[in-house]
Amino acid sequence: MPIRRPSLHAAIILFAALEFGAAHAAAPPVRMTAPQSPPPSGSTSRGAEIYETKCGACHSLDQNRIGPKHRGVYGRKSASVPDFSYTPALKKLNVVWNAATLDRWLQNPTAMAPGTAMGFRLTSAQDRADVIAYLKQESAKR
Amino acid sequence: MIENPISSSRRSILAGTAGTLSAAGLLALLDRPARAAAGNPAQDAQLLNAAVALEDEGIAAYQIGAESKLLSPDVLKVAVTFQGHHKQHRDDLLAAIKRLGGTGAQPKTQAQYATELGTASLKDQNGVLRLALKLERGATNAYLGLITSLDQPDLSLLVARNAADESFHAAVLGHVLGEPIPTKAPMFG
Repeated sequence: MPIRRPSLHAAIILFAALEFGAAHAAAPPVRMTAPQSPPPSGSTSRGAEIYETKCGACHSLDQNRIGPKHRGVYGRKSASVPDFSYTPALKKLNVVWNAATLDRWLQNPTAMAPGTAMGFRLTSAQDRADVIAYLKQESAKR
Repeated sequence: MIENPISSSRRSILAGTAGTLSAAGLLALLDRPARAAAGNPAQDAQLLNAAVALEDEGIAAYQIGAESKLLSPDVLKVAVTFQGHHKQHRDDLLAAIKRLGGTGAQPKTQAQYATELGTASLKDQNGVLRLALKLERGATNAYLGLITSLDQPDLSLLVARNAADESFHAAVLGHVLGEPIPTKAPMFG
């Protein structure tokens, strides 16, 4: 079957489109500096609700399921639940779960530990603060 | 802000060779972003395997419910239908993982699922349905939360489709349980 060559007209349109894109893309980048605002304070009751509806598909407080059990996670070293099979990415991570590390993790797990099996992102800073407050509260009930 | 190296190289090529660039060259340039978007198949396979584990758990939950003798014949029929949807989701995910060069996760034993889901405490039909509703709602949110982590658009479509099915299941189960229609949107995600 003969390969159709793009017409000159199509090539001109493509070229014009690329030039237009290049001219716009060549504008100096705007520096995006995140404002240094303190993280929102978390509500444990709202965190419980979010945990149930969003984290609860894979996690429980006291049972390993798709993900490891969460009671005690706050203050615990990463990949340290003895009877859970972690990915190599998590075994390599080596952090202690606290407000800052959990916030980073929940924001984008694959960026923090490339190769992880967790792809779920909690995009709202308030939701993350609430879930972290809840996990901190429940971790103290060991 | 880190500049995208692909965009940068494309610009410099255009600036230097605009006068002599052939149609074939232009087409080759257009192909660059497509190849760059191929992403990280191993990471995508890993994420999809977590979704397989989620579907396996759902399949097991419906199996436990079906064998519990707690469901009326009509409800049992719906439960088996929903379980069939989860089997189809699992198979679609496994096929996608295979295409990515990965190996699909294996299910746990039925006894393990029973322990992890605490099914020994189920006493009546509503208890079974409430567990199913919890899992379906969670699965909807889990799939929606996964979309932005996947590199390839066709995989995002796959998980979005599954999310839609899970939300349908959740809506039916919520209705059977007499739950009020949520007054606020969005209901998921």
